[in-house]
Amino acid sequence: MPKRLLGLLLVLPALAVIVLLFVVPLAASAVGAFQTESGFGFGNFTKSLELYTSDVIFTVVIVSISTLLIGLFSIAIGGYLTLGENPRAVALLRWLYRWPMFIPFIVVGQVLRTFLAKNGLMNNVLIGLGVITPLQAISFLDWRGIVIAFVWKQTPFVALLVAGAMSSVDRGNIEAARNLGASRLRILVEILVPQVATTLMVGLVLSFVTMMSVLSVPLMINAQSPTMITADIAFRINAYGDYGVANALGLISLAVTSCVAWFYLRYSMRERA
Amino acid sequence: MSVAASRAPALPGIRIDLWWIPRGVVLALLAFIIFGPLTNLVLWTVAERWYFPHTLPIDYGLSYWGRVFSPRGNAMESLSNSIFVAFLTVVASLALAIPAGYALARLKLPFRALILLAFLIPQAFPNLPVYVNIARLFYQIGLNGTVPGVVLVHVTHGLVYAVWIATAAFAAVDTELEQAARSVGASAMRAFRDVTLPLAAPGLLASAIFVFLESLDEFTGSYFVGAPDVNMMPLLLYTASAGGNYQIASITALLLLIPSIGFMLVVERFLKSDVLSKVGH
Repeated sequence: MPKRLLGLLLVLPALAVIVLLFVVPLAASAVGAFQTESGFGFGNFTKSLELYTSDVIFTVVIVSISTLLIGLFSIAIGGYLTLGENPRAVALLRWLYRWPMFIPFIVVGQVLRTFLAKNGLMNNVLIGLGVITPLQAISFLDWRGIVIAFVWKQTPFVALLVAGAMSSVDRGNIEAARNLGASRLRILVEILVPQVATTLMVGLVLSFVTMMSVLSVPLMINAQSPTMITADIAFRINAYGDYGVANALGLISLAVTSCVAWFYLRYSMRERA
Repeated sequence: MSVAASRAPALPGIRIDLWWIPRGVVLALLAFIIFGPLTNLVLWTVAERWYFPHTLPIDYGLSYWGRVFSPRGNAMESLSNSIFVAFLTVVASLALAIPAGYALARLKLPFRALILLAFLIPQAFPNLPVYVNIARLFYQIGLNGTVPGVVLVHVTHGLVYAVWIATAAFAAVDTELEQAARSVGASAMRAFRDVTLPLAAPGLLASAIFVFLESLDEFTGSYFVGAPDVNMMPLLLYTASAGGNYQIASITALLLLIPSIGFMLVVERFLKSDVLSKVGH
């Protein structure tokens, strides 16, 4: 029994930090969302939806598209790393794909802001190669820029998790399928992906939440309307000091992520049952 | 078959692996997608003048570097602020995470899985509304706009890496070594200090670097809690970029990038697979 007490004592300070500096403010945000000048009510929510419905939809669509693309690309990368038969190409890909992972979001914002601009390096290279004419050059600094930034930054993280899980799948299964004449694509879709589904889902849910709370990318790439909820929250605080609407918007984004988490939990429960 | 094809380069002149054409195209495209934006960034750091429709900068030079590193520029102040805050964050996080990680890895804890999950909370909820309310709370107790305030926010954010990696690092140390030390008469504290801690050190170092980088790169918390009194690198990057000063923004971005990429290249030396496979267990 004293050993258990000692263990709890050792964990307690770290746990206290999380509770005091995360759980309490989170609760304050939930309570604050219902606080209006005339007492508790749904005033902040009606105001939020009046002003920002299109931004809420925009955010959900952007983050969902990004999550889907991240999933597809990381399966492709993980699949090639596991099933690729040319060791040199596999080594090259393994070296290549991870670069954006540790690049901070704020830097990703700045880097892609210059790269995707009308006179950015991307358009310049395309013009140089003769793919497009200078008049056809367009800026990608709108919703596409945000999606590109998210996919660019988050794919390596999910791919790393997926590739790790794939490499621990029993090679015997893969060899057997291969000997029976299954194509590599079929092995990927029918053997590898189902076996790493849980890891893939964890990576995607974490990415979804991360993307929902990134402020720097929408601020740097596309701050005009429609923009993402995070940019609206920052604007409400900085321009009006309006904590009520900011907290209501926060609670809305929390509700969106909770939906995703709930789907994930239901899925993993069914897997275990 | 393709096994034979991949051996083809060993027999020059006999067979050329045509698969290198699609492979080369895809890998080159991927390389452009990844290194194109980074090249653009580096070009901006040495561009004196660059505007549409010029494909490349008109003049090259390092005058903006001089401006960033001039002793009176606010870049040096934010650089030292960022490093100072990151250092304090690492110290505080490890002081909290080493005992917690040891307890979670070795001692029998009630609700162990639940406690481990609790540290994931800051990653599992959108943290922007939380930072907004922390800023409000800190403002009331006078912590807003101070270095300790920013450090506390960064510790909360980095604790999940610190605790999870420390737990995995301690779990990867063989229990029998500790028992052997105890059986020859070492006290529990001594066994921990002389056996377990040195063996877990590479993993702990990895978690320290993780926390350091997370703190260095953190934008949202610093934006609400630190600005405008505590100026940090990411904030400088944001204001420079918003003001259209792409050179200063790119140089700042490059300074933030170098430690991150350096870490990516050496991470596997610190985080061995025996530790990695225990993360989250």
